[in-house]
Amino acid sequence: MKKAMTRSIIEITTTPDDHRIARLAAIAIGLHLVESVVPSPLPGVKPGIANIITLYVLYRFDFATAAWVSLLRVVAGSLLLGSFLSPAFVLSLTGAITSLTMLFFSARLPGKWFGPVTLSILAAFAHIAGQLLIVRMWLIPHAGVAYLIPVFAAAALFFGLVNGLITARLLRDNGKLSSFSASKGLVE
Amino acid sequence: MSHWKSFPKPLPGDWLVLGISCIVVAILFATLWRNEPAGKLRIRAGDRVFATLSLDQQRTLQVPGPLGISTIVIDRGRARVASDPGRHQYCVKQGWLSKAGQVAMCLPNQVSLELLGGEKSYDSLNY
Repeated sequence: MKKAMTRSIIEITTTPDDHRIARLAAIAIGLHLVESVVPSPLPGVKPGIANIITLYVLYRFDFATAAWVSLLRVVAGSLLLGSFLSPAFVLSLTGAITSLTMLFFSARLPGKWFGPVTLSILAAFAHIAGQLLIVRMWLIPHAGVAYLIPVFAAAALFFGLVNGLITARLLRDNGKLSSFSASKGLVE
Repeated sequence: MSHWKSFPKPLPGDWLVLGISCIVVAILFATLWRNEPAGKLRIRAGDRVFATLSLDQQRTLQVPGPLGISTIVIDRGRARVASDPGRHQYCVKQGWLSKAGQVAMCLPNQVSLELLGGEKSYDSLNY
C-alpha cells in the first residue's frame, strides 16, 4: 500500500551547456538590472550594456548560446523588474529578436575584416529599428514617430560602437577574464 | 588615461561600417528634421476635414463648430485663427503659423488648423 504513495519526482537532467547558459544569462540579467536604474535623458535611449554579454557569447561560443542568453535575459529581466508582458517587455523582446537576427547574418561576414564593433553597431541599429516599428504600429500609431528616428539612430550608433569596443577588449583579454571569472565561479 | 590605449584597434571593415553608419545617421537627421515652410493648410471641424487649401492666397474662412463660428485667416504663406468662441482662446493666442507641421487647435469648438509642407511633415510629438 505504502509503495503506491511514493512521491513522483520529476528530474530534469541538465547538461554542462545549460549551466553555462544559465551563468552567462545571470551576468546579462545583472547588467540589465543595473541599467534599468540608470536615468535616461529620453525614454528608450539606453546603452544596452547587457548586449556586451550577447556579443561576447556569440564569439566565445556560438549563435545558439548567444540567442539563449539574450532571450533568457529579456524574460528573466522583465520578471525581476515586474514588466513581464507589458509594452516595455514587448519592446525589449522585439529588440532582442531583431538584433539577434542581424547578428545571425552579420556573423557570417569575414572575421578578418569585420570585428565585434561592426556586429555591435549593426545589432544596435536592428534593435532600435525593430522597436521603432512596434512603437509606430502599436504604441504610438502616429506619423510623428518618424521625428524620433534620427535621435534613436544616433544613440544606437554611439552605444553600439562603445559596446563593440568593450566586447573586443573582453575577447582579447579573454584568458585573463576567464581565469578571473572562473575563480569567482562566473564562467566555466 | 592609459587604459584607453589598451582597447584593441577596430578592423578595417569596422571603420567602413562606422563611416557608413555616420553618413546614414546624418542623412536621417537631414531628411526627417527638415523645417520647411508650409505650402498648404488643412482645417478640421469635428471628426472631418473641413477644407485643404493653398497658403498662397488671401482669404477669410468661417468654420462652424458646436459653440459657434471660428474665423481662420490665410495671408500669403501664413495663417491664424482670428477668432474663436472658446473660453481660453489658446488657438487665437498662438498667432500666425507659417512652418509645416504647426497646428492650432480650438478644442472646445472642435476646430483645428494644421499647416502642411509639400508632403506631410511632422509635428514635434509630445513625448
